[in-house]
Amino acid sequence: MTDANTDNIARLLQQRSFIELGARQRARALLDAGSFRELIDPFARVTSPWLPKQGIVVQADDGVIVAKGTIDGEPAVVAAIEGAFQGGSLGEVGGAKIAGALELAAEDNRKGIPTRALLLLETGGVRLQEANLGLAAIAEIQSAIVDLRQYQPVIGLIAGPVGCFGGMSIAAGLCSYLLVTQEARLGLNGPQVIEQEAGIDEYDSRDRPFIWSLTGGEQRNASGLVDAYVVDDLEVISEQVRSLFKQGVPVLERSRRHAWFLERLTALDATSQLDAAQVRSLYQGEQP
Amino acid sequence: MQTLSFQFSAGQPAQGRALVGCVGSGDLEVMLEPGTSGTLAIEVVTSVNGSDARWQQLFQRMFSEQQMPALNISIHDFGATPGVVRLRLEQAMEALADD
Repeated sequence: MTDANTDNIARLLQQRSFIELGARQRARALLDAGSFRELIDPFARVTSPWLPKQGIVVQADDGVIVAKGTIDGEPAVVAAIEGAFQGGSLGEVGGAKIAGALELAAEDNRKGIPTRALLLLETGGVRLQEANLGLAAIAEIQSAIVDLRQYQPVIGLIAGPVGCFGGMSIAAGLCSYLLVTQEARLGLNGPQVIEQEAGIDEYDSRDRPFIWSLTGGEQRNASGLVDAYVVDDLEVISEQVRSLFKQGVPVLERSRRHAWFLERLTALDATSQLDAAQVRSLYQGEQP
Repeated sequence: MQTLSFQFSAGQPAQGRALVGCVGSGDLEVMLEPGTSGTLAIEVVTSVNGSDARWQQLFQRMFSEQQMPALNISIHDFGATPGVVRLRLEQAMEALADD
């Protein structure tokens, strides 16, 4: 066995996967050790009033974990979405938990407590069973991000396997910094929705390499649409989150550089379908 | 969807509380909280209708083997098999002991 192989095996054995963690474990793992304090915890039993009416079993925390704590000793709030419950969809309760946490963090900043925020995004977007209430909550999350990011960084982390879609992909785009793994996907519409609208010839949602080549973490990073691309290792992710917080508030958030992106999209020739490499060069102005 | 209630005899109330699992496909969420002395009360909300007998058998087998502390157990089930249910319940009891 070569030394490189031995090194790889040693690293694999030591590596702690972040993707394999549940939402609560993720939130706990990224806050400073021992600082995790959950707000509206599952024993408070604030659950969706709409799911049982439609014959769907609720989860005690509505799939959203909100926790206060510290990151590098600084006050922080973490909101983690549980992708395994209803595809991480956001309804009235879960959405309000995230929006409320971000709004309170902005209030704290105005009172002189410099609270930062970390969003662990694993969501298909709005919970269709809660329709407008979910959409309203997502709109509140988006405006809360824009409010809070002027004081302290709001970091979005998409680890996978669900990815981040729908209105929450817009919320991700509003974050001060966005962090992804190879397993992550980021897109406005999910693959099945696009397939249904565009046809299977144009977009086959079961073709995983194709889907990831267009919306996967690596592609989004190469296209300059995220700020960091990390391996699925808890230590590495934790360090990367801390180093982004250290950078402080960005001079100009990506969402405020819309003119730059629009200029490129206007120049786009959409007569033939783009492939991954063309998208990268469109956003970077050079071949990858 | 169906809501089921079960009761078994138990010892003194448990200390602390625990939550394990997730309401994901083939999985369930189990919450343990201290109960009324002498009673083990279980409420199951399950996505699978007509599964009363299966839950009854499973709990009977588990709780006749050992004296349980008095607990209120709340279960949100999304089609877990009996094996998964048992593992989650045992995991929850361990989490309670570690608490």
